[in-house]
Amino acid sequence: MSTAHTDAADRTNPRRIDHTLTRAEMAQRVAADIPSGSVVNLGIGIPTSVSNYLTAEQDVILHTENGMLGMGPEAHGEEIDNDLINAGKIPVTELPGASYFHHADSFAMMRGGHLDIAVLGAFQVSAAGDLANWHTGAADAIPAVGGAMDLAVGAKNVFVMMELTTKKGESKLVDHLTYPVTGLACVTRVYTEVAVFDISKTTGVTVTAIFGDTTIDSLITLTGLPLVDGTTTTPTTGIS
Amino acid sequence: MISKLHDSVDEALADIRDGATVMIGGFGQAGQPVELIDGLIRHGATDLTIVNNNAGNGEVGLALLIKSGFVRKIICSFPRQSDSQIFDARYRAGLIELEVVPQGNLAERIRAAGAGIGSFFSPTGFGTLLAEGKETRTIDGKNYVLESPIHADFSLIKAHQSDPMGNLVYRKTARNFGPIMATAAKTTIVQVTDVVDLGALDPENIITPGIYVNRIVQISQEACA
Repeated sequence: MSTAHTDAADRTNPRRIDHTLTRAEMAQRVAADIPSGSVVNLGIGIPTSVSNYLTAEQDVILHTENGMLGMGPEAHGEEIDNDLINAGKIPVTELPGASYFHHADSFAMMRGGHLDIAVLGAFQVSAAGDLANWHTGAADAIPAVGGAMDLAVGAKNVFVMMELTTKKGESKLVDHLTYPVTGLACVTRVYTEVAVFDISKTTGVTVTAIFGDTTIDSLITLTGLPLVDGTTTTPTTGIS
Repeated sequence: MISKLHDSVDEALADIRDGATVMIGGFGQAGQPVELIDGLIRHGATDLTIVNNNAGNGEVGLALLIKSGFVRKIICSFPRQSDSQIFDARYRAGLIELEVVPQGNLAERIRAAGAGIGSFFSPTGFGTLLAEGKETRTIDGKNYVLESPIHADFSLIKAHQSDPMGNLVYRKTARNFGPIMATAAKTTIVQVTDVVDLGALDPENIITPGIYVNRIVQISQEACA
């Protein structure tokens, strides 16, 4: 089995596509970018759908923070066992080789750097890789964080899946967060319907793929960030 | 021979006093000791501080305990859910105090209490609202927040099997907070589906050794259904 550190050949997705991506295509793209043998945590919501596109050959092991490695697909009908649920409290199944553990162990394996990739949703991501995804900051909102902060600082790579703009058309990839922080300098890649961005401490934000009639210039205008064009260079995994 | 078995939930919970801190196991409804929570509502101790991952789902268990008005404060990671309407209403009315803790810090703070750790530095939450006012330290270039243990007077948890000494085995993801909460309370009370004879559990496979368990109540599967 190959590891998440060496499997550069897995990056097979095209760099330019003539239409913006649907959510399903985004999930498909994330799944295809996950190196075989990786241990992965998929966040609640859109990131969960990435599991639909992982192939058996990828040998990806799914972690769910309520205490399981080797999580299988959602359970249906007679498979449903109320003692076997994922972090979104949806009944799931176990795959051969699965294991169960208590919460302190589950988060220790996260903080301890044993998870290769976490895929999370976001309200905003900054050019420095700061993540905001737990709290809108609205005065009447009831704060709820779950495992978001632990995943942000714990996983070796944090992939974000989000639409690039708000309903008002403002970029969610920003210079500085205006939403409350979940974790600082933790996001390594952002998948959106119009482009994929890699974030690096040394080279800043690089556009690695672009979809529809989006251009590097239009992204620079929208985000107000000095973006590097990586759509014409040789793909790298961008995974540590 | 040691037996920690109690005949009834009410007897097992009888000495929980007003103002107690009570940890309640479970993640959503998996591992939630519903019959012990129902007993706690009947018991009627007030001014409780409850430690749980959530703040109740639907109209059962922890949600009902909150609805009863017996909970002064809840320490949890994820109160707001699609079916947390009972907590939401009491919180917005200013009737319940909330301490939100990142889930991994919550687990580790419980573990630390049971393991005799005074405090620990966690990277989780650094630079966020949830670390405001807390001591921080940079260790080998990485930033950490000082977190304190959470001790409890009582832990109410659910396990799959127990022997009379309180050695416990859990089922699947219902294990969640059970093993750590069992260690962090002065008195740990467990509801189990099956009580087996001493020696029937393989010592290699016991998840919670009986040293952490004080009282056991059997709640058969039929009663849970």
